Amino acid sequence: MQASALATATGAATVNEPAARPRRHPLAAEIVGLRKVYGDVVAVDDVSLSIAEGEIFGVLGPNGAGKTTTVECAVGLRNPDAGSIRLLGLDPFADRDELHELVGVQLQASAQPAKLRVGEILALYRSFYRDPADLDELIEVLGLAEKRNVYYRALSGGQRQRLSVALALIGNPRIAVLDEMTTGLDPGARRDAWELIRGIRDRGVTIILVTHFMEEAERLCDRVAFIDAGRVVALDTPAGLSARARDTKVVRFVPSAPFDDAILSAQPEVTRVEHDGSRVVVSGTGDLLNTVIIALHDQGVVAHDVGFDTSNLEDAFVKLTGNRLNQDHLEGARS
Amino acid sequence: MTALTLHVPSPRQRIIFGNVLRNEARLTWRQPVGLVGGLALPVALIMIFGNISTFHHKSSALGGLTPFEVYVPVVIMLGIALIAMMALSMPLVSYREQGILRRLSTTPMPSSWLLAAQVVVQASIAVASTLAVLIVSMVAFGAPSPRSPGGVAVAVLLSIAGLCPLGLLVASFAKTANGASVIGRLMFFPMMFFAGLWLPRAEMPTILRDISNYTPLGAAVQAIQDAILQGFPPATPLLVLAGYAVVLGYLAHRFFRWE
Repeated sequence: MQASALATATGAATVNEPAARPRRHPLAAEIVGLRKVYGDVVAVDDVSLSIAEGEIFGVLGPNGAGKTTTVECAVGLRNPDAGSIRLLGLDPFADRDELHELVGVQLQASAQPAKLRVGEILALYRSFYRDPADLDELIEVLGLAEKRNVYYRALSGGQRQRLSVALALIGNPRIAVLDEMTTGLDPGARRDAWELIRGIRDRGVTIILVTHFMEEAERLCDRVAFIDAGRVVALDTPAGLSARARDTKVVRFVPSAPFDDAILSAQPEVTRVEHDGSRVVVSGTGDLLNTVIIALHDQGVVAHDVGFDTSNLEDAFVKLTGNRLNQDHLEGARS
Repeated sequence: MTALTLHVPSPRQRIIFGNVLRNEARLTWRQPVGLVGGLALPVALIMIFGNISTFHHKSSALGGLTPFEVYVPVVIMLGIALIAMMALSMPLVSYREQGILRRLSTTPMPSSWLLAAQVVVQASIAVASTLAVLIVSMVAFGAPSPRSPGGVAVAVLLSIAGLCPLGLLVASFAKTANGASVIGRLMFFPMMFFAGLWLPRAEMPTILRDISNYTPLGAAVQAIQDAILQGFPPATPLLVLAGYAVVLGYLAHRFFRWE
């Protein structure tokens, strides 16, 4: 994975830049005041983002928040109603030919013809680009080597996902836009994908990663934008965002007997009481753990399996938006 | 497609188009809807018709022609119609349905090239099908060689040009590949009626034949029948086909949906 055709895209040194490529632009992407409306539905209300070259930038938010529409506008798949977009200084519509050479895209819900073989699909896409990546190496890195002669229809979900990531990288892009890259991957494959993304970034490729997995953003991203209801509600490093929720603590437990939520929510330290199956999740501040245990004890209720967290990215999101990130009931409603 | 015809492609563009074309040909070979319906079926039909002995008797109702002579052009156009209206539209609709067109539109390859490649592949099958039917009719059943080979070529190319946009229009309006196949079939049967599949054009009442003259397949059968039996076809059917090519081509260009 060292010196290779893939690496030439990165141009980490500005000295030896291929003449055909535009001058190295300090910003990989600059989106200002983006707005996109479908009929009555405001998909993106007002999104502005500046993404530096070489960073892994997370676009995070619940399903339907406008993440996908934002990146689809950025890569020229959709025409925004307002706002301006520059990728590497290029306009997604006016400079689309040049942009498509430099930006690799992995889309949600895009398949390949059932009766093409993995190697054929990759070779076809590779031939579209001026300065493509090394095919054998990419196949190797993405663990598709023994699937090369297999029809697309015979691939598992995870293998299709990896092929789709491979297609995003086959053109040796300067920016890779990955939309829900690890959705549908098992935890092991997800970790492998994260390693892969870090490896690509280390070659200087800018990664724009759309996800609704907190853990993914927390482990992988240099900076994260929270998008909710078509707006950027926060933009910071994962650590910076977590710090904003620093005061928030969470206690999880299984009660020995049912109890009235009011006995907890009446406590000044408690801000929120939720039920997650048989578990109760209490968020709050101060000496939350003792407050909860004592209040329950007074009612003759014992807390089992007690867990205690300080804030993480997910809490920061809840605090900033009042929404939970992984709203499973919305999962199916996503178009 | 206009982009293709309006500028001279660079060597690199030619290589890319060649790859897209090879890929479409590969897929057509592996999912041979067009090859079965457009090539194997017409050849099988002409062999069946050729083996019916009464089909070789001259008939005054057919203006002194044999039913076999009348059916050779009809069978050729049946193959071309199946290719243009079914085999062309179904893969395009399924590419759109599966997000393949969307994905391709983020690459440097213009998506319209995929359409062009499909048209080239299907048109090649249509030409092969025409040759196969003509050769079988001559070799196996002693039909004379066409009086005007150039006329046959013009009639076939104009028929392809007039009918392929219909397939592209079907692909524009159908949401799923199955839908495309249903719409294609609904159009195919009435059009084949006017081509003379059930009732030879010579036996049609005047009013029906007049209508037939202005339908794509009626004009196509008229043109190729003249080219095979008499000489270069008259202007009317060729102009009708050219008119369909221009009007339907424009509509297909205007209404083709990429997503």
